Amino acid sequence: MTKTLYEKIWESHVVTEEAGETPLLYIDRHLVHEVTSPQAFNGLKIAKRDIRRPASILATMDHCVPTKDKDAPIQDTVAKRQLETLEKNCREHNLTLYNMSHPSNGIIHVIAPEQGFIFPGMTVVCGDSHTATHGAFGSLAFGIGTSEVEHVMATQTLQQAKAKTMLVRVEGDLPKASTAKDIALAVIGKIGTAGGTGHIIEFAGSAIRALSMESRMTLCNMAIEAGARSGMIAPDQTTFDYLKGRPYTPQGEEWDKAVAYWKTLATDEGAKFDCVVELDAGTIAPQVTWGTSPGQVAQVDEVVPNPDNFANTDEQKACRNALAYMGLEPGTKLADIPVDYVFIGSCTNSRIEDMRLAAQTAKGKSVSERVTAIVVPGSYPVKLQAEAEGLDKVFTDAGFEWREPGCSMCLAMNNDRLEPGQRCASTSNRNFEGRQGKGARTHLVSPVMAAAAAIEGRFVDIRNWQ
Amino acid sequence: MEPFVKHTGIAALLNRQNVDTDQIIPKQFLTKIEKTGFGQHLFHDWRFLADGKDNPDFELNHPAFKGATVLVAGDNFGCGSSREHAPWALLDYGFKVIISTSFADIFFNNCFKNGILPIKVDEGALESLMTEIESNRGSALTIDLEEQIISSPGGLGIGFDIDAFRKENLLKGMDQIAWSLQYVAKINEFEKKQASTQPWLWNHD
Repeated sequence: MTKTLYEKIWESHVVTEEAGETPLLYIDRHLVHEVTSPQAFNGLKIAKRDIRRPASILATMDHCVPTKDKDAPIQDTVAKRQLETLEKNCREHNLTLYNMSHPSNGIIHVIAPEQGFIFPGMTVVCGDSHTATHGAFGSLAFGIGTSEVEHVMATQTLQQAKAKTMLVRVEGDLPKASTAKDIALAVIGKIGTAGGTGHIIEFAGSAIRALSMESRMTLCNMAIEAGARSGMIAPDQTTFDYLKGRPYTPQGEEWDKAVAYWKTLATDEGAKFDCVVELDAGTIAPQVTWGTSPGQVAQVDEVVPNPDNFANTDEQKACRNALAYMGLEPGTKLADIPVDYVFIGSCTNSRIEDMRLAAQTAKGKSVSERVTAIVVPGSYPVKLQAEAEGLDKVFTDAGFEWREPGCSMCLAMNNDRLEPGQRCASTSNRNFEGRQGKGARTHLVSPVMAAAAAIEGRFVDIRNWQ
Repeated sequence: MEPFVKHTGIAALLNRQNVDTDQIIPKQFLTKIEKTGFGQHLFHDWRFLADGKDNPDFELNHPAFKGATVLVAGDNFGCGSSREHAPWALLDYGFKVIISTSFADIFFNNCFKNGILPIKVDEGALESLMTEIESNRGSALTIDLEEQIISSPGGLGIGFDIDAFRKENLLKGMDQIAWSLQYVAKINEFEKKQASTQPWLWNHD
């Protein structure tokens, strides 16, 4: 019988499937950060339970950490207590923690792949919805709540019902100015933010095969914004080349055996999906969100839509509310919208490739006087690599701030946040109301689009810009 | 976890779509290390004005919805982040039941872990519930989990589906970790087998 990638991983991880109960799924890797873990550790303590498999856990500090003056004491005492709690919990349970002063520290979804902690065929969870990122390696990776974090810590399993499957096939060549971020936004624009609810998305097709691992991570990262808990891509030579030689990956003979197994994971020819969505890569132009939901998105050469043009009253209302919040008028060209702030970073777009693309765009130019622009690399290894390539210099010469790693302005839990009414071109993943600060207006774009917006002080169609 | 069997309470209306977890509990309140005390921050940015006073235009601040324990909301409720602080805040505020046409997956799961019953109904049912609440603000709904039915003073009787195992979990207020741990022998067996067939998953244990 033919099977999908998801079905193969699912079946190889079912511990037991009792009649009348939700199946119990084995979890291979558990990623932990400061925000969604303290209550789970505390729950274990109250119930006098231990962590079943400490080696399955990799912990980091990323959400609350400052991105400048990192050596100064953290002023937010509540956040400080949260970071200290993680440190204490990891020490108590003998867990690997990349704390703020560790050379491998960074955003959990950047550092786990960087260390080679994620392999094809694994089940991976984290108390963070962007865990979908790791599906780029052909793993089944999804976000969980804190109760489930505790459940995995105590049992190494989760009670999981089988999801439906959606195939998103993207064929053809992506235009030069478009990136994986634009594919992600185009997919969400097409199927909506609830389009993937209850599904696992597999991305396939020639345009996907052509993507680097960094780009695949960007794409799978955004699967959650389409409502899918997980996005995944079948492992191939690109995957194996990325993984080889990283700290946690197998070596020698074992590497060969692992690769041989990983090669069997791809979806079988003719396997059935519950739903299929097709996109022509050649038609995917650079995208800009105009609203307060990632599905409220258009091509950069389009205009802010008119609420009256939406099909149903709910969508009309959603559009009206979004435009009121965003301070936008229908009919305004997206490329004419001025920006006050540019944020290049987040678990979506802070890897070395993103840094290179943004730097290429900014090289030899100057950030507009009206704009504050910050670049926040995803991890210390990314930061060091970028500095070795001189990218930090390119950014600072152009007037960008070059910061320390962290989640930063993606969710503004630290001091990196916008003032009410400020408008930001952001490479992050959510343009929700208040996400980057109360009253802040977020437009999601690719790193290239963000860098160009910083230079011009407004969005530009990078296809006809130099 | 408190068992959930039957609940009667004032139903509040939040007729908005895609209510995301950043709205339910904004990030500035996520740094706490406890599960309690989030109710005061529920829907913070919508609920309060800049000076900290109640925003009179926000739906839940309507006097008739004071003390509401059932929330009736638009499509795709709870989308966005996995933060369980969202159901913790809803529960701490007093909500025991949330009714919508659809929920984001992670939020939906998180509700069950905290004794909140999220109920999916079809568009027609949601509309009739909303119409009735709108015309009779402050009225109560009764949700009978055993019978899987929502009933209203206006005579609505809306049946709903729920996964049988989840229903049992709620009815008994079960400790799900203890439930899973009864299969510890099977977990051991699974690990042993995986360590022999895919040893590369076990190199760092």
